[in-house]
Amino acid sequence: MKLIETRRLGYAVNGEEILTNIDFAIREGEIVTIVGPNGSGKTSLLRALIGAIEPTSGQVTREKNLRIGYVPQKLGVDQTLPLTVGRLLSLPTRKSRDHVNKALTSVGADGLQRRQVVELSGGQLQRVLLARALINRPQLLVLDEATQGLDQEGQSAFFRIIAKKREELNCGVVMVSHDLHIVMSASDRVVCLNRHICCQGTPEAVTSEQQWQDLFGVANEGMFALYRHKHQQDSPDQYQNPTAVAHNA
Amino acid sequence: MLDDFLIRAAFAGVGVAVATAPLGCFVVWHRMVYFSDATAHAAILGVALALLLEAPIFAGTLVAALAMALAVTFMGRNIYAFDTILGVMAHSALAIGLVAVSLIGGVRVDLHSLLFGDILAVSRNDLIIIWLGAAVVFGLTIWRWSPLLITTLNPDVAQAAGIDSRRESFFLTLSLAVTVAVAIKVVGILLIGALLVIPAASARCFARTPEVMAALAVLFGVVSAIAGLRVSFFYDTPSGPTIVCLLALIFTLTNIGRSLRRARAERVSH
Repeated sequence: MKLIETRRLGYAVNGEEILTNIDFAIREGEIVTIVGPNGSGKTSLLRALIGAIEPTSGQVTREKNLRIGYVPQKLGVDQTLPLTVGRLLSLPTRKSRDHVNKALTSVGADGLQRRQVVELSGGQLQRVLLARALINRPQLLVLDEATQGLDQEGQSAFFRIIAKKREELNCGVVMVSHDLHIVMSASDRVVCLNRHICCQGTPEAVTSEQQWQDLFGVANEGMFALYRHKHQQDSPDQYQNPTAVAHNA
Repeated sequence: MLDDFLIRAAFAGVGVAVATAPLGCFVVWHRMVYFSDATAHAAILGVALALLLEAPIFAGTLVAALAMALAVTFMGRNIYAFDTILGVMAHSALAIGLVAVSLIGGVRVDLHSLLFGDILAVSRNDLIIIWLGAAVVFGLTIWRWSPLLITTLNPDVAQAAGIDSRRESFFLTLSLAVTVAVAIKVVGILLIGALLVIPAASARCFARTPEVMAALAVLFGVVSAIAGLRVSFFYDTPSGPTIVCLLALIFTLTNIGRSLRRARAERVSH
């Protein structure tokens, strides 16, 4: 089932085209990663999907009453806003203390509920934001570079949680990432964006495309080779096999 | 009871404090302090407008404050930083308004009371308007509390949760305009910002949740309104500025209290 679909979506700011002709859809149970250089419109596309910006042309169709869990790049809480983690998870609707505790435990952030949000470390905050996004059992999880500022270990743990939640909730996941390792290991489908969709498909299929290589160059290819090698060697079962889309059907 | 001008003044002060304190929390969280000042300064243009059209002052100031808030919100991109624009707009509005008022109103208008308030001259009708306005602002803030809070945190997170963050921001702007219109009589155009910012900023010292911060801000606002009136009556000082002086005192004391508490907490933990 398609959760969100865009048709010929275009978005322009002051006459400058940020997104052109985007045909994109996300189904339940599917993990899609959007990659692209800086200024390629990745965040704009996510914001159009969640309804934070109105497309200037084309349309976005959402499943009726779609529950979206969104993890932003940054929260930007002002120091003057006193807010406990527990209260944050209770926004916009009140949750029981038990419900909040369970949500925090499921992302490995136990015991943080009485802490002030502004006092959290980067890693703690990202986990708390993930817990907040997951607390309503979303049908679609949207992550905008949610692992920025996490170390390699923290990132792996973060994506293990997401893979697990996808199994548990059968939710669709759309994420923007700069980290091409993640693209290879955690996604079913990769969308390569540079103001328009250059190419998309399974990670393996996409990386062999000429347009991908034009965008990300030889250096990153080298990184892939390195990573793939490592992946096969060290942890073959750590993540879902990126090409195995069959279970979603 | 309302025949006594001091009682009316106290009710007016309390009404305004109840409206401004929770709204002021959002002004502080949103970093809208300059925005609220610009909105307040535009109100004097509204006074000129009201004099010109022989309309009620309240209506004129409400329209002008709202127009200023909307103009600033929807202004297109330009080369200036946002606070530069606010500075230009606020001071221009104040200056143009003062000139316009003296051209139109002549000697009829008491500029001093417009700028610094004249709480002792609050009439029964003024009191009704102040309490109606305060009820609207207080009601709107409480009703939209959760959506406003999540919009404050991050508009995109709000949007993903199905909340129209632009609509919530508009509620805030509307509340601000109403507040300006009702608070002029009490503290005047130049000191409205103080009633918004200082109670909220003082309350931050002891609050661990947004709700406690808003409640404390109301308490500080009400206490300084009543105490400020008494002090100004006793020492024959201007009421609006006296109320703000007490707020400044509360801000100082709460910050000292916070520092002492932190120092003690650190001693205990060592």
